[in-house]
Amino acid sequence: MTDPLLSLSGVTKAYPGVIANDQVSLTIQPGEVHALLGENGAGKSTLVKMIYGLVKPDSGEMKLNGAAFAPAEPRQARADGIAMVFQHFSLFDALNVAENIALGMENPPKMRDLARRIRDVSQTYGLPLDPSRRVGDLSAGERQRVEIIRCLLQDPKLLIMDEPTSVLTPQEVGILFETLRKLRSEGTSILYISHKLEEIRSLCDAATILRLGKNVGSCIPSDTSARDMAEMMVGSALKTPARSTRSFGDSALEVQNLTVSAPSEFGTTLRDISLTLRQGEILGIGGVAGNGQDELLSVLSGELSTSPASVQLNGHSIGHLGPNQRRGLGLLSAPEERLGHAAAPDMSLTENAMLTGAVREKLAQGGFLKWGAARGFAARIIEAFDVRTPGTENAARALSGGNLQKFVIGREVLQNPKVLVVNQPTWGVDAAAAAAIRQSLLDLAAEGAAILCISQDLDELMEISDIFAALNEGRLSPPRETTGLTVEEIGLMMGGAHGMEVAHV
Amino acid sequence: MDLSAINPVLLIASLMVAATPILLAAIGELVVEKAGVLNLGVEGMMIIGAIAGFATAVETGSPLVGFVAAAFAGAALSLLFVVLTQIALANQVASGLALTLFGLGLSALLGQSYVGIRPPEMGQLYLPLLSDLPIVGPILFSHDIILYFGIALTAAVWAMLKFTRVGLILRAVGENHDAAHALGYKVVRIRILAILFGGACAGLGGAYISLIRVPQWTEGMTAGVGWIALALVVFASWKPWRALLGAYLFGGLTVVQLNLQAAGVAIPVEYLAMSPYIITIVVLVILSADKSSAPAALGRIFHASR
Amino acid sequence: MIRLEKRPQPSQAWSLATPLVAVLATMIAGGLLFAALGKPPIEAIRTIFWEPLFGEFSFYYRPQLLIKGAPLVLIAIGLSLGFKAGIWNIGAEGQYIMGALTGAGVGLAFYPIEGWYVFPLMILAGAFGGWLWAMIPAILKTRFGTNEILVSLMLVYVAEQLLASMSLGLLKNPEGYGFPGSRNLQQYESAHNAELIANSGLHLGVVAAFIAVIFAYVLLNRHMLGFHIRLTGEAPRAARFAGVNPTRLILFCLGTSGALAGLAGLFEVSGPAGQVSIDFNVGYGFTAIIVAFLGRLHPVGILLAGGLMALTYIGGDIAQSNLGLPSSAIQVFQGMLLFFLLAFDLLTNFRIRLGAPETA
Repeated sequence: MTDPLLSLSGVTKAYPGVIANDQVSLTIQPGEVHALLGENGAGKSTLVKMIYGLVKPDSGEMKLNGAAFAPAEPRQARADGIAMVFQHFSLFDALNVAENIALGMENPPKMRDLARRIRDVSQTYGLPLDPSRRVGDLSAGERQRVEIIRCLLQDPKLLIMDEPTSVLTPQEVGILFETLRKLRSEGTSILYISHKLEEIRSLCDAATILRLGKNVGSCIPSDTSARDMAEMMVGSALKTPARSTRSFGDSALEVQNLTVSAPSEFGTTLRDISLTLRQGEILGIGGVAGNGQDELLSVLSGELSTSPASVQLNGHSIGHLGPNQRRGLGLLSAPEERLGHAAAPDMSLTENAMLTGAVREKLAQGGFLKWGAARGFAARIIEAFDVRTPGTENAARALSGGNLQKFVIGREVLQNPKVLVVNQPTWGVDAAAAAAIRQSLLDLAAEGAAILCISQDLDELMEISDIFAALNEGRLSPPRETTGLTVEEIGLMMGGAHGMEVAHV
Repeated sequence: MDLSAINPVLLIASLMVAATPILLAAIGELVVEKAGVLNLGVEGMMIIGAIAGFATAVETGSPLVGFVAAAFAGAALSLLFVVLTQIALANQVASGLALTLFGLGLSALLGQSYVGIRPPEMGQLYLPLLSDLPIVGPILFSHDIILYFGIALTAAVWAMLKFTRVGLILRAVGENHDAAHALGYKVVRIRILAILFGGACAGLGGAYISLIRVPQWTEGMTAGVGWIALALVVFASWKPWRALLGAYLFGGLTVVQLNLQAAGVAIPVEYLAMSPYIITIVVLVILSADKSSAPAALGRIFHASR
Repeated sequence: MIRLEKRPQPSQAWSLATPLVAVLATMIAGGLLFAALGKPPIEAIRTIFWEPLFGEFSFYYRPQLLIKGAPLVLIAIGLSLGFKAGIWNIGAEGQYIMGALTGAGVGLAFYPIEGWYVFPLMILAGAFGGWLWAMIPAILKTRFGTNEILVSLMLVYVAEQLLASMSLGLLKNPEGYGFPGSRNLQQYESAHNAELIANSGLHLGVVAAFIAVIFAYVLLNRHMLGFHIRLTGEAPRAARFAGVNPTRLILFCLGTSGALAGLAGLFEVSGPAGQVSIDFNVGYGFTAIIVAFLGRLHPVGILLAGGLMALTYIGGDIAQSNLGLPSSAIQVFQGMLLFFLLAFDLLTNFRIRLGAPETA
């Protein structure tokens, strides 16, 4: 057996109130694709940030090629051959591709040479990219390519990838995996972070599983069933949501030929969207991030107004109405971003209950607020949705992601909507909370409400929705019944491989 | 009314002088805003520069030493802004206002004994032949050195932002501080340097008013030039050459307005005096449609969390 | 190494304590400043903070406290509504001048007719003048997205020029022997904002300030509009989601603060100042910004902060005549107060920890 490329032993990192990593050990061989598997909050991010020099471990040791390794900053980690593709936050929208790549390099060549090298590398690895384009105008998949090429230009020994497929269509995932396999064959090790088990089974040579900051096991993914890995990851047997057969009623929400120009510079224009949603029905809308999901939610919630007839609720034109008027009529919504959109981070749960509950729960009278009633409503949400918090007067930002999401979804569900629109209802939420949220949506539909669920998690959509459609560059594909849809069909509805017309490897 | 008393050559020459303080302050603020920081304390830093430069020039007899002192004083005041916004993470709008209020008070306190004094004169550039040329000579080749420095600074900042790695990093920090941090750049350190640079430039601009443009010290003599410089950065869409153009437009406006006052035009003095401010508003309105070039992280607080 | 750690939620205790800590720190730093100016520091601080309240001539100074405090509180209450929503009206000084001009203008237009209706009309006109002046940045912001900070500030300089023009022209006292300045409204009974109780300092402006405090308190804590104002400041996108119309909110916040500043100007010009003159405005509109922050944008806090700031004005005057402390030293002193407040505010949202930094 060869010497390991990177080995970690007993690495610990504590933050006030939480131990992010507790005695974690991990060994990566040269030319190995190593999976780091765990739920949200299991400590995966903290661990890779330590390897990349963004965070310093409190104790434990790291070795690179047998020598002690303690990068004080990312620059040093990069110099030692470690590169990282981030999940979020590392591109600059207003700068072009070459400038973005130069920023991630130690000694970038002149811009013209760099542009040529970008073209070369992107051809070699089947990731076409124009160095002079502004990053803000790229699709999610193309943005990821920028990050990957930025890493590849440094000839890394270890490439860290944080949830790389969450922004890709199935076809794009296939292309990415080919690139990664090619890298592996050239001797590059890859640390692959994910919670998608089938991906890991098809790609990775070894896996380390984290739960609540601790090592809970390791395995050879190709020899282990997805279910076994999931149970190691979650720590208990999984509960799949119960789905009753439902009958659908009359049309509840109708959207006709809706076209809305992008509200902001890097937003997406919605083009000619039509859909019909019946009582008791769940419509799942898939698609890669940034293809109009936020805009669609804003149009339905009333934050963006349109011509009256393009959105109809039970036959009434409501396109021109604001959010509260729509709430009055029974159309409720829950946006993707919890902190700052669905909820005000620094305000208490009572105040956040007031935020959307004032109309339907009658928390205000003649403009004057009934705080007692709002507190009661917040308490009911906390009770019914098992939100873990000391009380209704806690600030929203003090809650964990999963708990706040339960609060946000619960706040709408408890108002007995006729139509509920949710965007990414379980994004960044632990498995137990996600299951609870999905179950609540199914229960709500069973009572006759119409639900429109926008999500990038295809498994989730397949699990709960009756019909499926995909958003692609602001257009909505024709809806199809969920039963019997294949992954390839879904991928094509999502637009296949974005911008991959150029032949690849 | 005697419009013939207005000499176009002198008008253009004095326009350049009137524009220089605005230009210096605006170029400094442009760099600060490119780094993602909104410092509304320009007026305060200018007035501190004005008195520090004036006092130093009077005490040492050297206007150049005065300018150096003004730059240091402006940077020193901006250090307070650094402490508030980069270390104590205070709101940038409120901190900038605090800086202006404090600067106005402090300058008045420091300047008590300098009212009514004439500062030492700054020599003018004299190039044999060139400076003697008719029209071109007085306009282009007969100014003080700081005026040329202002133009050179504009060119340098333009080149820095466009061609250098430092400029690229600065823009990156102003665009998305979280991403810059994730790549390992020292967001706070870069911003502190930018703020200090902006302070020094504002200080120079202030001293230019008290040492060359007026030249005298009176309380509150910057009279809103710092605010106009802030507006100019918006006008310029964060582009150095457009800031130069804008500064010359405003400079021209001021000079024409003063000349009209002197020529005794039938418009009351007060209405002429308010014109630069009104025109600033009009220009802001025309240009505020285009916000696309504003640095995306402008005014946002950065705190490196986990 | 010291580092900061965000609190899970803002600390109530620190939120109340920071203004007090800031005042203490300002006293210390101010004392050092006064010492550097060659004045006895403790004596100076005592003169500023003690003399007006409990000194030998406090019977004279205490009413002054109301007179100076009222416009500060009135303006700061208006500003605080906007500041809470992230709408920055920093041109209250201009709106104050315009309120005085329009209010006094209406009063002077009636001269010499005496009637009960004159003063109410002046109040309306004063509020309207300030409101109108604040509507300029408000409408430019809502229609064109123009930055309200710069526009409202530019309008201060315009208003100052208008003030000069008016006191030299249109509103000049025809019987004033050519001196600049309007007729003295104190000598025109119907237009005089007289003290309600003689020598108490209590005039209608003071009453208006108290009403504004109560109004703002109820608005912010009990009314949907106030909730929307707070929500917009905390999380603008969440406010949209909650159904807030940003345009209407901007018009309301800027309009209200303008009207209150205009009222302050009217009460000042028709009472303590008496006439429109070139040097009518003394910076209340800017000092009110400090008052608003020092009062933590809370109505009751603003009331206390307004009193404190009035104290420094009066105490500063006393220190000027007794100790020869320059008036600009008080301005510096007030500026310091805002600095310390902003700096210590950190402790409301962050904990300071000693220990190794987590990133290099």
